[in-house]
Amino acid sequence: MKLLVNFSRGKGRKPIIAQAVRDTGVLITVERAVIDSSEGEALIDVPDDQCRLVRDKMTSLGADVRILEHGITFNESECVDCGACISICPRDVFSFDDEFRLRLAEERCILCGKCVDACPHDALTMPL
Amino acid sequence: MRKSIDQINERIRDGNARVVTAEEMPKIVAELGEDGALKEVDVVTTGTFGAMCSSGAFLNFGHAEPPIRMERIWLNDVEAYGGLAAVDAYIGATQQSETRGEEYGGAHVIEDLVAGKAVSLRAISKGTDCYPRRTITTELLLEHLNQAIMCNPRNAYQRYNAAVNTTDRTLHTYMGTLLPSSGNVTFSGAGLLNPISNDPKLRLIGSGVPIFLCGAPGMVVGEGTQHSSAGGFSTLMVTGDLKQMSQDFLRAATMTGYGVTLYVGLGVPLPVIDKEVVRATAVRDEDISVDLIDYGIPSRNRPALRKVTYAELRSGSINLNGEEIRTSSLSSFRRARQVAETLKDWIKAGKMELSLPTRSIDPKRVVRPMHETVKTPRVLDIMDRNIVSIGEEEEIRTAALKLLKGETNHLPVVNSEGRLVGIVTTFDISKAVANPGKANLVRDIMKKKVITTTPDESVDVAVRKLEQHNISALPVVDGNNHVVAILTAINLGKLFGRWLK
Ligand code: SF4
Ligand code: SF4
Repeated sequence: MKLLVNFSRGKGRKPIIAQAVRDTGVLITVERAVIDSSEGEALIDVPDDQCRLVRDKMTSLGADVRILEHGITFNESECVDCGACISICPRDVFSFDDEFRLRLAEERCILCGKCVDACPHDALTMPL
Repeated sequence: MRKSIDQINERIRDGNARVVTAEEMPKIVAELGEDGALKEVDVVTTGTFGAMCSSGAFLNFGHAEPPIRMERIWLNDVEAYGGLAAVDAYIGATQQSETRGEEYGGAHVIEDLVAGKAVSLRAISKGTDCYPRRTITTELLLEHLNQAIMCNPRNAYQRYNAAVNTTDRTLHTYMGTLLPSSGNVTFSGAGLLNPISNDPKLRLIGSGVPIFLCGAPGMVVGEGTQHSSAGGFSTLMVTGDLKQMSQDFLRAATMTGYGVTLYVGLGVPLPVIDKEVVRATAVRDEDISVDLIDYGIPSRNRPALRKVTYAELRSGSINLNGEEIRTSSLSSFRRARQVAETLKDWIKAGKMELSLPTRSIDPKRVVRPMHETVKTPRVLDIMDRNIVSIGEEEEIRTAALKLLKGETNHLPVVNSEGRLVGIVTTFDISKAVANPGKANLVRDIMKKKVITTTPDESVDVAVRKLEQHNISALPVVDGNNHVVAILTAINLGKLFGRWLK
């Protein structure tokens, strides 16, 4: 399960992810992270059954944590199966089946947003 | 053996015609041979579904009471061309909304009409004795229009060059999003299903030939604009009744950072009259190649990096300089198949008969570039040849003095051979002076990645570079990377006067 973690680095600059790993013993995969001098956002992947544990720990460390149930939102009726999104996605979420119909492996999505602008047909949007 | 068009049409009427798609044809010819295929197959259907910017529709609104001679016309805030008598307009696919920009345009108006949605018409006029009215606003459905005739000046490109981007930033083009450092390849076109690829000599496709256009029966008007069959880039001008079209084969789209376009589904049925038709329709994706073009070069003469076939492009990745690069199609092969299949069903059901061109398209035509009478300004026209540069081994102090004396904010840095290796700005120097001790030499503080221009580059391209990189000066270099001048916002100011903020 993927968690979106937002933290401000103002107060004491705590290494939130490292500390959460140490305190919970859960191994966390960092899928992507944008961190600048004052704040950061990281998308992490944790085993489903431990996701609440990690979330609670990080929240107590001052982070804002959201569980992401879904990957990119796909509007099938707008999609024309062109494939413009396929080469854009860094995680190979998109591919064609035998009939050149677009297939999604949503669980791989890290919500980087790159495909949203690349789709000419407005079929891909970020989940709220 | 030859088959006449009348024989083929008779079989269509009797329901006995053997109709196949262009995708099925190579296998049939391989199995039956050319003679066998000629005897067996009567019609080959083709299809393509992709972005065709050069599209639009003529609309006739009928007269209002009191009547108006519409001069400027907007449909959902997208301007339509009104220089056609009183109540006609041409809505072009790429025209953008005056209120919503690139997210909504003429293509969307056309799709909304086809989808049965109401579109708001607004028009103004100066008023005349016979047409006294000056303004009108009304909501219209497609069924309210007397005529809605799609007429596309340039559709069905025979093939289209594939695109890649060797620069270090993402490009937004009509070939879609191109990732930096050759991160992906985009292409367009239905390959072996494309109508003209199955009739490259234009023996069967010409004026008056019936086609499938966006789900409606349509017709080839004739040669399309930019038609260039000698180079393998033939195009068609086509027309069809918008009222019979379907959203399945007509979709508005936006290429982010580029603009609005219309995805058009188009197919041409080809009568198999002789062996030459058999041979032409046996074409495979492997046989059709296009250039892979570097869209990082902002010029009409973009270099071709290599040739690629549609078979390679459609496989999902191609090899470029030893690396596998993923490909993305911008057109839809699945929908192109659906076009060819639908056309096949129509003909099998006797809904469409074929005909040969009433007028042929010139198969030798070559497209020419624009005849330009006013030269666009080039960098050499405005660049500042009084350049002050500095050696990379010199002290920061020396650079500071030069900046003070030279009344400039940018110092190109050169190596011992005089080649450009970096750039320092007043800001870099001030920073170094404010934190003394860390660095002594120009080399230590210069920016090594320098964006440059050349004397021959057009000023517009140089200006885009300044904007994109948010910088205010470009060293001008020659072929040996020697700095010959500098181009700054001040030089541009001289050229454009108040144009630059
Ligand atoms: S948001 Fe990013 S990871 Fe998810 S599908 Fe789009 S491009 Fe792929
Ligand atoms: S780019 Fe958009 S329309 Fe094209 S296949 Fe992907 S989701 Fe579908």
